[in-house]
Amino acid sequence: MRSEHEAGAGWCLKSAAWGGLAFMHFPIVVIFLYAFNTEQSAFSFPLQGFTLQWFGQAWARHDLRDAIWLSVRIATLSTLVAMALGTLAAAALYKREFFGKEGITLMFILPIALPGIVTGIALLSAYKLVGLESGVLTIVIGHATFCIVVVYNNVIARFRRSSQSLIEASMDLGADPLQTFRYVVLPNLATALLAGGMLAFALSFDEIIVTTFTAGTERTLPIWLLNQLSKPRDTPVTNVVAMMVMLATMLPIIGAYYLTRDTDSVSGSGK
Amino acid sequence: MTANALYLRSPLHPLAGLLHRRSGLLLAVLLGPPLIWICVIYLGSLLALLWQGLYSFDDYTMAVLPQLTLRNYALIFAKGNWDIVLRTLAMASAVTAASAVIAFPIALYMSRHATPTVKALFYIGVMLPMWASYIVKAYSWTVILAKGGIVFWAVGKLHLLWLLEYLLGLPYIGGSTLSTSHLGRFLVFTYIWLPFMVLPIQAALERVPPNLVQASMDLGARSAQTFRHVIWPLAFPGVVAGSIFTFSLTLGDFIIPTLVGPSGLFIGTYVYVQQGAVGNMPMAAAFTVVPIVLIAAYLAMAKRLGAFDAL
Repeated sequence: MRSEHEAGAGWCLKSAAWGGLAFMHFPIVVIFLYAFNTEQSAFSFPLQGFTLQWFGQAWARHDLRDAIWLSVRIATLSTLVAMALGTLAAAALYKREFFGKEGITLMFILPIALPGIVTGIALLSAYKLVGLESGVLTIVIGHATFCIVVVYNNVIARFRRSSQSLIEASMDLGADPLQTFRYVVLPNLATALLAGGMLAFALSFDEIIVTTFTAGTERTLPIWLLNQLSKPRDTPVTNVVAMMVMLATMLPIIGAYYLTRDTDSVSGSGK
Repeated sequence: MTANALYLRSPLHPLAGLLHRRSGLLLAVLLGPPLIWICVIYLGSLLALLWQGLYSFDDYTMAVLPQLTLRNYALIFAKGNWDIVLRTLAMASAVTAASAVIAFPIALYMSRHATPTVKALFYIGVMLPMWASYIVKAYSWTVILAKGGIVFWAVGKLHLLWLLEYLLGLPYIGGSTLSTSHLGRFLVFTYIWLPFMVLPIQAALERVPPNLVQASMDLGARSAQTFRHVIWPLAFPGVVAGSIFTFSLTLGDFIIPTLVGPSGLFIGTYVYVQQGAVGNMPMAAAFTVVPIVLIAAYLAMAKRLGAFDAL
């Protein structure tokens, strides 16, 4: 219950809060505006005019399509690995207490808690040590490693909410573990798993720091975009792609939010 | 036991029975794959990193030699390198402080004053920019801060160009333009990591028991007093939890320092240059230990301040 005094926020707090929210969205709006700008190589404001022609130009670029396709493949593979490993970890850890459990939990969080540069250069030294050539595989290994925790967080929250007696009932009624998993556990986990998967996909699709170290000569979409920034003549195409990437990374979070909003912990509150 | 009798019908019953009776075995089966993945790949890599830092680098032939030395780790404390550490630390601290100042009102309004609909709006309104593409957000700021861009236009319209000139003229934070100044870089860093600060504070504020606030009000405390003596102490662990993200993420970043701001190196850019352009992998590896140590120290401090309970 909120008290009378509390209900009315002062105008000062109110404007600071709404102002902060506006600040957070301002650069996103800018990207959406400039994608339709007619100006070719500068960022002058007010905008010069409205056009859709850069979308066609961007679509015709083969290097861009290759980058998108590479990023989609990598994000898909990393997400699948992360979903499998994250679910297993959550299933193992959600109710048992044993020695070293905190340490194990910490280890799953570590790849995302330490800066990307640590993860990136650590993986690179390991690849060099074992003589693994940089390529799709090395990128996927890196991405899957820090995506595990995203799936893990979502799934373990769902496990904690679901009742153990359903699983026991299924076993008592003669279902084998696979059947129990297929007909009882999985439907219960489905939305949490899907939400975790979407977030993992978004995380991998946008990752650049670890990727820079593990990609070798491969160019994922974020790396392609970074290279674009040093080509002023290509600005219109960069703007269009920037807007599309912004959309591609924001839609999964909306999806994950709606999939899990009725539960006590909503997905996406940690990245 | 009927339950056990029923297991007999299942083709997998020996396995099922075994896993059911031996929960330790089930734990091993479940935890094995993810734990092996993390231990072998991640911890293995971290060890490889520390090991790599011990290799020597021949400055003349530009080759990495497998002779073990502590020279790389000692070089961290050389004058120029230590400046890089201090510069990065100063930026990470400034960004953390600024994020906390901007984030706190948002979190406070969200958790204690907003209607459920507005709260949901704020919630998704914070998560969207948090998840929106990092590289695109950074790019957007180069567009905003560009010469002739939005900021210059707005400042001109408000007749505040003199103020901007003055700020850019200041030592340490200034520069020739906004996009090549420490001020610009600080702005971009603060923007990018701000959402990571809002949500932990909001979560901590949500957990402040309403009856404590009520009691404080009933006992005659003014709003400001209630805030200072009740709400703030209880929300502080949330601020520390958020600061873990802003601090750690600023410390290791190398994209924003390359896109915005003056040429002085940061920890991230130094490691990137050593590894890439120079090819001195051992030095890059040794220098990466700096953010690891700093973050470990920061985490230890945060734990003492109760931040982990607020996560």
